[in-house]
Amino acid sequence: MTTDIPLWAEIATSVLVLAGSLLALIGAVGLLRLPTFFQRVHAPTLGSTLGCWCLVLATIVYFSVKDGSLSVHAVLIGIFIALTAPVTTVFLLRAALFRQRRAGNPDVPPNITRS
Amino acid sequence: MSLFLAWSLKAALFLLVLAIAVALVRLLKGPSAQDRVLALDCIYVSGMMAMLVLALTYGSSMYFEAALLIALFGFVGSTAMAKFLLRGEVIE
Repeated sequence: MTTDIPLWAEIATSVLVLAGSLLALIGAVGLLRLPTFFQRVHAPTLGSTLGCWCLVLATIVYFSVKDGSLSVHAVLIGIFIALTAPVTTVFLLRAALFRQRRAGNPDVPPNITRS
Repeated sequence: MSLFLAWSLKAALFLLVLAIAVALVRLLKGPSAQDRVLALDCIYVSGMMAMLVLALTYGSSMYFEAALLIALFGFVGSTAMAKFLLRGEVIE
């Protein structure tokens, strides 16, 4: 808490942290405001891709400058989110398509699997 | 740590809590079950980002483990709930 880091590192950390959390907020507002589910599914990915990486880069810059050696623990979190977020989205979209077709919703795109 | 960085970290934490609150509105009001699961997914990603901001605030790398655990259990939970929505059971 008391360690001082140079000004350029503080500015870089602040900009990255604010950008990341602002992207998360924009994603959440999009989740609230967009009209249909298939449009809403796009909004939170803003926070889980670019927002998450902005925060990971901020922690890398801050802890590397503070400790005087390269610390890249946080990259693990970024890689994990980058790997798992698309998997969750695909599962959820498949479930939504199945349920809306089952409910007889006419707006759902048709089934394109070859039979 | 200068006042400048401390205030921007506080502002970032506030923005993340606001994001969680906005997603919570969608979680409570969401018309269908998949909307609620999507909102929960958004909430756990925002909570994980709040953990990273806390790691910067207190200068301790212990918060990385908590963030990794939140990401891991959030992924498992969202996948299990999506699977439940698809089939009506988690393990078949």
